[in-house]
Amino acid sequence: MSRSIIFYLHAHQPWRLRDYTIFEATKSHNYFDTDDTGSNSNRRVIEKVAAKSYLPTNRKLKHLLDKHPEFKINLSITGLLLEQLEAWAPDVLASFQELASTGRLEIAGETYYHSLAFFYDRPEFERQVEQHKQKIQQLFGQTPAVFRNTELAYNNELGQWADQAGFKGVLAEGWDPVLGWRSPNYLYRPAGAQNIKLLLKNYRLSDDIAFRFGNRDWEGWPLTVDKFVNWINGTDHGEVFNLFMDYETFGEHQWEDTGIFDFLEDLPEKWLSQPGRSFMNFSEAIDKLEIKDDIDIQNTVTWADTERDLTAWLGNSMQQEAIKAVYDLGGTIMASGDWQLIDDWRRLQASDHFYYMCTKWFSDGDVHAYFSPYKSPYDAFLNFMNVYHDLRWRASVFQDKIVQKETV
Amino acid sequence: MLGWELPPHNSGGLGVACLQLSKALASSGADISFILPYSPTAGYDFMKVLGASDSTAPLPYATGVYESYKYLTAGGSFDLDLHDQQELYARRVGLLAESMEFDIVHAHDWLTFRAALLLREKRGCPIALHVHSIERDRAGGCEGNPLVREVEATSMLLADHVFAVSERTKQMIVDDYGIPADKIEVAHNSIDPDIFEFSDGDNSYHYLKYLKDKGWRVVANAGRLTVQKGLPHLLAAAKQVVAYNPQTVFLIVGDGEQKEELIRLAADNGIARNVIFTGFQRGQRLRDAFSIADLFVMPSISEPFGLTPFEAAGYGTPSLISYQSGVSEILRSCLKVDFWDIDLMASKMIGALRSQALLDELSRNARIEFEKLSWQQTAEKINNRYQQLAGAYA
Repeated sequence: MSRSIIFYLHAHQPWRLRDYTIFEATKSHNYFDTDDTGSNSNRRVIEKVAAKSYLPTNRKLKHLLDKHPEFKINLSITGLLLEQLEAWAPDVLASFQELASTGRLEIAGETYYHSLAFFYDRPEFERQVEQHKQKIQQLFGQTPAVFRNTELAYNNELGQWADQAGFKGVLAEGWDPVLGWRSPNYLYRPAGAQNIKLLLKNYRLSDDIAFRFGNRDWEGWPLTVDKFVNWINGTDHGEVFNLFMDYETFGEHQWEDTGIFDFLEDLPEKWLSQPGRSFMNFSEAIDKLEIKDDIDIQNTVTWADTERDLTAWLGNSMQQEAIKAVYDLGGTIMASGDWQLIDDWRRLQASDHFYYMCTKWFSDGDVHAYFSPYKSPYDAFLNFMNVYHDLRWRASVFQDKIVQKETV
Repeated sequence: MLGWELPPHNSGGLGVACLQLSKALASSGADISFILPYSPTAGYDFMKVLGASDSTAPLPYATGVYESYKYLTAGGSFDLDLHDQQELYARRVGLLAESMEFDIVHAHDWLTFRAALLLREKRGCPIALHVHSIERDRAGGCEGNPLVREVEATSMLLADHVFAVSERTKQMIVDDYGIPADKIEVAHNSIDPDIFEFSDGDNSYHYLKYLKDKGWRVVANAGRLTVQKGLPHLLAAAKQVVAYNPQTVFLIVGDGEQKEELIRLAADNGIARNVIFTGFQRGQRLRDAFSIADLFVMPSISEPFGLTPFEAAGYGTPSLISYQSGVSEILRSCLKVDFWDIDLMASKMIGALRSQALLDELSRNARIEFEKLSWQQTAEKINNRYQQLAGAYA
């Protein structure tokens, strides 16, 4: 029986907000620190992650693509990261382009701004997907055929949307409660969709690498490639094993000294040396493999925490107020035609800002459960809202102008 | 146990902390006699309370523990200054203890330290000194009274063991007095939700209730009006808050030597009509102050522990506190700010007061933290230390 691995990495960095007090609102409109010294400097974050993760990983992946003609990888990379790479790390961008030039790197479509716009503002969501498509075409010369929503947030409606938008595949978490008896290691059809196929993350195998790899208390530690390949071989069912993870797994979440790069080095060779084993790009799998069944996913599933829902972003009332406030400005801001204002508004839509406001683990003191540039989720909320008030002021100034024109 | 005050004759957090800690220690097996400088008027079933004096007049003593700056000059209505009171207490404790059996002496704050040393000299028993605040705290970050510093430095150097109410206090003892860090153990204060008195019935602040119904927001502070508490910073930030939202009222509950200065400062800042001073309150009126507030602010310059944000949490009121407090080491669901950062303090108050969602979220999570509080852990830590100290002397 033939078996394939779909190896997919997701790369993203938001524009982090600088510390912004309410006294700056109406006076200062630069929300994003780009110094090379500031503590929340986006430039410094990019430079740090580039050195620890993007550059060494891309070097490794290029080497593997050169060494193994059958090795294939898949990527999603947000517009927010791409524009920051263009600004401060053109060498990193070039290294991604080099991978793409092998013809064995497929890039998925998503929102340019890593937003949750699908759930709040459908036209805005579609504009962001289109903007991302154009960016990918411009930088990589390919058009995304497969869609992944921010945080892998998926439900039937998203599957149906991606179907009618012309994507041939869509990605989701292979979460047991929604799969029931089904295995994530096959292709499915979203309920109510026609042509599109659904690829499901095998979260156990993916998280063995992404979360548990360096954990010495884990019974699977140390994770060797032999062990990992045996786990896949020992699986009863499956044609395709979807290893989906954050790009920053390599070098940032799992540091180099855990041996994560050595693991990556050995995986293609060990896997491909067996008969009937391959790596696939998304589109290839969708073209070659048959649908096993329809899958009905009514409630939104994501790839985050134990609940696999949106509560990490929208679970508390601060998060809900903040995101609603942002989307409520949409009409006025879009009507302004002021592209700086529109871009700032969209940067505030990045899901990361709402994640920083998550209180789920905070009162337990489990600060290491998530990454945040803030000392507390409450500070994250206050800072975000201060910026929001300035944005709203800018929007209302524009609105006043219209009103004046109309009355003149 | 040697202490300077117990409720109902307490002037601040020290008496409450001593009482609750003793109760928890007693329930984990300690047999406690608590010696006060005055004759107690209330008794407890979990420990014996004795007075080192026949006087039941608690007042000169009661505020005494905090007013360490005074004893060079003050006699007040009493013939003795604090220094003499301290010596008198030590002598009387020495006499009283002659007829008592005990394994260990546990003394709370500087006024009782001399008595503890005297008991060790007489009886050869181990002494543990419990530091609820040091002179630098009470002096608002300055050196304070050199004679009090001397008492603290010498006693802690000679003591068998030192308990500090926070990491912050421990570090200050090391920095200020050069006491070896391994002799100092952090024993965080707490609140037992079981013995917490909840607010009920009609709130006493009818006027504030009226304002709230009109859309006003209430910010409260409760504590002694003294340099340590950083209230001038709060009033400076309040000026900015009121400029943003004139419908904000600041409720200042407490009394102290800074009171007149603060009243003047509120007027100088042009916010006299937005600041209400209630004077010292206890019981229902204190509880109601916590519960009427939309936000409780503790802007202390130097707060060894600071239980009030946890009390506020118990009444469902969220807090903004300074990082310069011991309680910020354990309370997570609150806003925090450096006491000197007036702009940020104002910005956070403005942001919080205009987001009910933030206030609700803070209140809900702080309440969860409050309900998990217990003296049990601290009591166990101290009891274990008692065993070890007593063992070393046996």
